[in-house]
Amino acid sequence: MTSFLQQAFNGLVSGSFYALLALGLAVIFGMLRVVNFAHGALYMLGAFGAVALADSAGLGFWWALLLVPLALAVAGTLLERLLIRRLTALDPLYNFLLTFGIALVCQDLLRMKYGAQSQPYERGPFPGSMDLGLFDFPRYQVFVLAVSVALCLAVWLLLTRTRIGTIVRAATERPELTRAFGIDTGRWVTPVFGFGVGLAALAGVLAAPMRAVNSGMGGDLIITVFAVVVIGGLGSVFGSVLAGFTIGMLQALGNLYVPVLSQTSVYLLMAVVLLVRPAGLFGKEEHA
Amino acid sequence: MKHRLSTVAAAAAVGALLAGCGGGGPSSGGGKVSDDKIVLGVLTDLSGVYADIAGPNSVQAVQMAVDDFKKKYGDKAITQNIEVIKADHQNKPEIANTQAREMYDRKKADALFDVPTSSAALAVQTVASQAKKLYFNTGAATTELAGKTCNPYTYEWAYDTYMLAHGTGAAVTEAGGKNWYTIYPDYAFGQDMQQKFETAIKGAGGKVVAKDPTPFPSDNYSTFLLKAPGLKPKPQVLGALQAGGDLANVVKQYQQFKLKDKGIELAIGLLFDTDIKAIGADKLAGTMFTTAWFWNVDAKAQAWADRFKERTGQRPTFDQAADYSAATYYLEAAQKAGSDKAADVSKELDGTKFSDFFAHNATIRAEDHRVVHDAYLAKVKDPAKASEAGDYTEPVKTIPAAEAFDQPSPDCHLS
Repeated sequence: MTSFLQQAFNGLVSGSFYALLALGLAVIFGMLRVVNFAHGALYMLGAFGAVALADSAGLGFWWALLLVPLALAVAGTLLERLLIRRLTALDPLYNFLLTFGIALVCQDLLRMKYGAQSQPYERGPFPGSMDLGLFDFPRYQVFVLAVSVALCLAVWLLLTRTRIGTIVRAATERPELTRAFGIDTGRWVTPVFGFGVGLAALAGVLAAPMRAVNSGMGGDLIITVFAVVVIGGLGSVFGSVLAGFTIGMLQALGNLYVPVLSQTSVYLLMAVVLLVRPAGLFGKEEHA
Repeated sequence: MKHRLSTVAAAAAVGALLAGCGGGGPSSGGGKVSDDKIVLGVLTDLSGVYADIAGPNSVQAVQMAVDDFKKKYGDKAITQNIEVIKADHQNKPEIANTQAREMYDRKKADALFDVPTSSAALAVQTVASQAKKLYFNTGAATTELAGKTCNPYTYEWAYDTYMLAHGTGAAVTEAGGKNWYTIYPDYAFGQDMQQKFETAIKGAGGKVVAKDPTPFPSDNYSTFLLKAPGLKPKPQVLGALQAGGDLANVVKQYQQFKLKDKGIELAIGLLFDTDIKAIGADKLAGTMFTTAWFWNVDAKAQAWADRFKERTGQRPTFDQAADYSAATYYLEAAQKAGSDKAADVSKELDGTKFSDFFAHNATIRAEDHRVVHDAYLAKVKDPAKASEAGDYTEPVKTIPAAEAFDQPSPDCHLS
């Protein structure tokens, strides 16, 4: 039982990364109708940002956690203004290809600069482990889970309890009607995109102390995150976060009991969910 | 791009001129050397995950062997017209196949070198046999190259999974790590490594308590690390058979889960200096692994490595050192044979015993074309004892050539 709980908790920690990335993807998709394939690359840039800050300026983890998401959020808003916005009127496929291309360019630039090898990053806070009652767990990973849950909660509160949230939700669900009420939904598009990018970068900084930092790290992860978003329901913030944590747990337990299935389990689940609910668990079937 | 094109054009023009002149050295007459020149092809990963382990510096290593050979023999060289060409196989067997054909058939390569990634190497081995030209593998680890799929044109110069597993697996078991938990990446290399490790551990009186395939690639190994202390009997050793970025993930997380404090040591299947740099020497200090060679293993190796560093700015990996060694012996054999025909060169190579800066007490086995030589059980140095950045390895013991590699496989028939 202890080992089951321990593994489930471990799954929540890896689910944290899925949740943070899926949250950003869901918000961006909801507002812009853009499937942002560059999200994994932005996560990777977040981790490299932490490495670069440590190497060039000697700045530690906490500075990276503050500065890197901010810097990438600004870069994200520029990206939205200069490129993505121009394509939103066209078939969504164009933006899909654009963001996919951006991901490839980022990966290759990083590979040219740093090579294909992983980069050392040794500035993680909270060494050691803490006693969680039934089992002990690395303190840093408990911290990652706490940050991720807190952020997901904060975003949820922001969306449900504030005027900005109301507008964003309205614009997400009924863009035409919202505009008909005289609300300029366009003003909110850029900050929402920047925010989603910032979340991906933050996940990257959080990953640097516990995962290998290399140019391939985002590409490997993004495929799973897309499955997570589809399972949760495209555009559903709540569904994405819930699916993120659930998939994390499923993978951890799958690894333990049926290692052979661990990689395919997420796609099997996706197939089953899509058969039963084509819009995902919490997606709305707009044109059903 | 334009600049590069013009460089290529200029090089081609010079090449054509040289060819027009009837090719090179005074002693090259008599048509002993095909096309009046010897072409060495380096087929490697120029931009991907193995570009640091092999890559551009493997090309440099072969070029260095050519330069040294020309200098040594001067006018007496079989030919002074020796060219080194390179190509990128991107670690994909189908690209390796096409590139190898291109190099042998159109660019007139007499021998190919390097080829990291086992699947790509197996593809090149087949092409070599069809082209009836030589291939010296230094980059790929699978034992199949000198086993099931062996052919008269392929030589195995540096290392293989048997050598890696028997060094580390046996030594760690004999040192008291009887019970193992091995985790291996779920593809050809990992599965091969797992089998070889298990055999070696059992042979040394140990036991594999549990073994798990892990997704490849993967960034999260927590499940396996959490599971390890609860296994019965409790393993004393975690055998991590991952490579590159995956290995960095395993080690980072091994540290966070404090498995060492829980009495579980870490043993690594394949470790390159580039991995040690990525993970941090302090984190790996004391970790045992097996290697074919490292740059400061002895004075001779270091002298060569110094020359290499002057040329490239970097310390060589064992793969790059093996490329130099193989290219040198290829040229020496051609010199002796007075020919660059595969069969003539092979006749000179087979059965040769030698020692150079790379391969100590080496024999080029005639039965399967595996070069057996001393290997090293090594451990990662305490960073405080390092003489310079990049000085990561210290030897624990030398594994004599006869023990380091397996006997010729009964599956291999060269004729």
